[in-house]
Amino acid sequence: MMESQRIAYGEAISELGTDKRIVVLDADLSSSTHTIMFSKKYPERFFNMGIQEQNEVGVAAGLARSGKIVFASSFAVFIVGRAYDVIRQSIAYTGLNVKIVATHAGLTVGEDGATHQMLEDIGIMSGLPNFRVIAPADAPETKRVIKKIAYSDGPFYVRLSREKVPTLLSDYDFEIGKGIVINEGEDVTIISTGITLSISIDAMNQLKEKGIYASVIHMPTLKPIDRDLIIKFARKTKKLITVEEHSIYNGLGSRVAEVLAESEQASLRRVAVMDKFGESGPGWALLEKYGVNSKRIVEISEEMVR
Amino acid sequence: MTTDEIKELKLKANEIRTLSIKMIYNAQSGHPGGSLSSADILATLYFKIMNVDPKNPEWEKRDRFVLSKGHASAAYYAVLAMKGYFSMDELCTFRKMGSRLQGHPTIHVPGVDMTTGSLGQGFSTAVGMAIASKIDNADYSVYTLIGDGESEEGIVWEAAMSAAHNKLDNLISILDRNSYQLDGSTESIISLGNMEDKFRAFNWDVITIDGHDILQIIYALEKAKKRNGKPKMIIANTVKGKGVSFMENTHEFHGKAPNKEQYEKAIKELEQERERILKEGSL
Repeated sequence: MMESQRIAYGEAISELGTDKRIVVLDADLSSSTHTIMFSKKYPERFFNMGIQEQNEVGVAAGLARSGKIVFASSFAVFIVGRAYDVIRQSIAYTGLNVKIVATHAGLTVGEDGATHQMLEDIGIMSGLPNFRVIAPADAPETKRVIKKIAYSDGPFYVRLSREKVPTLLSDYDFEIGKGIVINEGEDVTIISTGITLSISIDAMNQLKEKGIYASVIHMPTLKPIDRDLIIKFARKTKKLITVEEHSIYNGLGSRVAEVLAESEQASLRRVAVMDKFGESGPGWALLEKYGVNSKRIVEISEEMVR
Repeated sequence: MTTDEIKELKLKANEIRTLSIKMIYNAQSGHPGGSLSSADILATLYFKIMNVDPKNPEWEKRDRFVLSKGHASAAYYAVLAMKGYFSMDELCTFRKMGSRLQGHPTIHVPGVDMTTGSLGQGFSTAVGMAIASKIDNADYSVYTLIGDGESEEGIVWEAAMSAAHNKLDNLISILDRNSYQLDGSTESIISLGNMEDKFRAFNWDVITIDGHDILQIIYALEKAKKRNGKPKMIIANTVKGKGVSFMENTHEFHGKAPNKEQYEKAIKELEQERERILKEGSL
């Protein structure tokens, strides 16, 4: 089943809305981010800021300083890119209770092209003290993430996709800072974050047919990263592959490399977008074209194992 | 308003200026020009206008204040200490390692409602606080002091647009129009033009006053309390470096500490001013 993370987000905040402390902001993209669902139910606590991401984030900080639990949304490229300094000074430095939930992250934005395809946000947001960074894999997990962070004090950045994604985690709990073991295999460990989990599971199945047994880990929390789990599987399989819809720089692959460099010897290969801008096209096809695909994971796994 | 009350506020402003110079000299860094220009406004806000309780700095119903021009931190910390939020002794830790009194204000200091320093953001966060007050049907006002150089930032105009759109008549902003910024006069760096017209075009209630005339400041701030569906902008024409002759009307002391000789001269001038205020007639 394919489901939308954006709709799951809209549903989650609408369900949370009975709590009068919840306030939601958007920057003229509420029908795309689906914060519009909240706005219809609680118009008195929804503010469409217009096309003003900087002011949106500043206002979010002021609301949070007044005791509100604030969700501020837009496309990842705009809210992170345009409002970075406001996020840094007024939210990260203050540690105020603002949840930045960005949709349309990565290449799967599709036809809008490179101007709208944010590939740097995990790195940018992870560099900010006090911020926790989360990329859910599917719609049910998105809902759990939103409900969890609403009642975890302090700033969060949540990265969601535009495309509908396969539902994979209906039965898994979400815990901040914990990775999820989807499958245990002895030969290689595939670690994925966000919507590339389905690609990773595809690769795992293809590898199985070739007699290679892969562990698959979903890492929803990029910061703080689950060090213990990475080390455990580095010891177990000695070979790791990271998969992400993000730049090769400063994303999941970099985080895992840092953990390995400081603790456990294991070989690491990274599947990500190679220091390039994207282009217009169908979302999943772009992931194929830019090398974030199951074929690539299988190739690398075979190289590493054989 | 009695003559004695005015005289008292003038003395408070003089004390803010004196403390600011002492703190900046002691730290050998800081921003004298914009601290001195805003002293009369800060004195009036804290000792006449705002409903706050220094014993309970996070009191929910308090009026809020955001120093959007966060570099005037010396004057801000001075007035907060004078009001009793923390001890006057702490002022000598200004800008020192381990101090709460960071170069620019943070919410970790009792009485500080918002962390500021990156220009324009305080103004935007003040809009957020004013919206929160509206959501809660609360009575408190949100005051913010912004700089004229600061108003070159785009976010100021985003915030101005959204304050008017959301009918934030509980947002009372004062523009410290001292006409200088770090590199020179505002009009030589980038023309601000007629700020009154600009804010009026954004659908704000605007009044222009002499930002060193206590009576005018009180009048404007009292008038601004009116709830009429519009945010309020008080354009306070001020003198950069006001009260220290060689710091006045120049950008030289925007962000520079005085040396020993300059410090002594500044303190002497401020003492003379104090004497002059004390001699003014009273009822």
